[in-house]
Amino acid sequence: MAVKVLIPTPLRPFVGKRNSVDLKAGTVGEALGSLTTEFADLRKHLYTDDGRIRSFVNVYLNDEDIRYLDKENTPLKDGDTISIIPSIAGGAEN
Amino acid sequence: MSTQARAVEGPQLSKEEILRYSRHLIMPEVGMDGQLKLKQARVLMIGAGGLGAPLGLYLAAAGVGHLGIVDFDVVDFTNLQRQVTFSTSDVGRAKLEATKDRLAGLNPMIDIATYEARLTSSNALELFRGYDLVVDGTDNFPTRYLVNDACVLTGKRNVYGSIFRFEGQVSIFGAPDGPCYRCLYPEPPPPGLVPSCAEGGVLGVLPGIVGALQAIEAIKLILGAGDPLVGRLLLFDALAMRFRELKLKKNPDCPLCGTHRSITKLIDYEEFCGIRGEEAPAATINVPEITPRELKQRLDRGDDLFVLDVREPHEFQICNLNGYLIPLGDLPRRVHELDSSREIVAHCRSGKRSADAVEFLRKAGFRKIWNLKGGILAWSDEVDPSVPKY
Repeated sequence: MAVKVLIPTPLRPFVGKRNSVDLKAGTVGEALGSLTTEFADLRKHLYTDDGRIRSFVNVYLNDEDIRYLDKENTPLKDGDTISIIPSIAGGAEN
Repeated sequence: MSTQARAVEGPQLSKEEILRYSRHLIMPEVGMDGQLKLKQARVLMIGAGGLGAPLGLYLAAAGVGHLGIVDFDVVDFTNLQRQVTFSTSDVGRAKLEATKDRLAGLNPMIDIATYEARLTSSNALELFRGYDLVVDGTDNFPTRYLVNDACVLTGKRNVYGSIFRFEGQVSIFGAPDGPCYRCLYPEPPPPGLVPSCAEGGVLGVLPGIVGALQAIEAIKLILGAGDPLVGRLLLFDALAMRFRELKLKKNPDCPLCGTHRSITKLIDYEEFCGIRGEEAPAATINVPEITPRELKQRLDRGDDLFVLDVREPHEFQICNLNGYLIPLGDLPRRVHELDSSREIVAHCRSGKRSADAVEFLRKAGFRKIWNLKGGILAWSDEVDPSVPKY
């Protein structure tokens, strides 16, 4: 399935400054795996050492949080958009 | 619409107020009833900075009758790029004082209470109890979790807004059937893992947009009008000029607002954000360091030192020490450009990124490598004041 992964600003340096990556995958987990294989520096920002998605990063399939779908096993359709939403705290500047 | 005069409970609107808010009053969505709701509303703003500026201005302009503002900071020269409540002459003044003056000048008919203190676990609950609604305009994770928890524990809705460079997020947490911040992010990122220093900076006008969006949501909640952002995360990308929306669900397992609540009081949020997390924070104290003065001495002596600059190209343009530029993010890919037999001093703006670089290079087998303590900022302070600080 051809999907687009939207990369949030804080993670763009790790994907060559792109704001989205197109790839082919069957599930959300496969898409993220493919993404972190292509961009190895991204891996530690998305995953813990034991392979779980970090709790301050949320992953959405279109507009739904994958935690409430089938998590990383959520199947993909052509044209789907995966969004990575990390927590950001900026209100003024530290 | 009834043409009979009705007795209105609570405060009335004076002739002056009716004239001031006439553009509100002629809209059925607001009208006299709505304006009175605004007048009686008690809204607490946490933070009088980038988000607080447009927020305070528009809430004051709208006639929110009781505004509370919490901030303990002083106006800094670099704030003027985005904190539009302030004038250049306010630099050095307490933000609260300057904000209160500005808002009172815009609307002398409202009541503005100032709380010049850091919001903490020992003052938050009592403070929040005196208000109907809280608007979060803070800039750090511990305070965001504190505000969230205190709102849920006191039953107040929290109009959340946050920004990062060119992107913003807005939502409403703590509504009775809605999610709270912990439903979205159960844990904060460990310090040092989320890019900060290298990716810092913000488009000045961005908090202007996001803060104004927060003001709109606060006003809608007070009026009971429109569809509030409960259960919705509004995302704004200023570069793409795109708004998107994601669904936020209340997490039934949320320890704060779920069905089995384990968090029933405020905690130590610094500890929560500092110790909890899957990785230990980067230990910068263990990295070998050299001070700017020592570096200057060694360079003047003619020592063969290789200066490695790990900042970004646009920073190099502002000022530099003629170092060899490899941005921190590129270091793993370009490490072969460095000669481990030479003595290397790594620097960045303030010493944090370069500490990460030194740690990385030491793990890669480099033995003659030091971090410039305090970065180019310290160099400017201690060695060469002609080097601009930024």
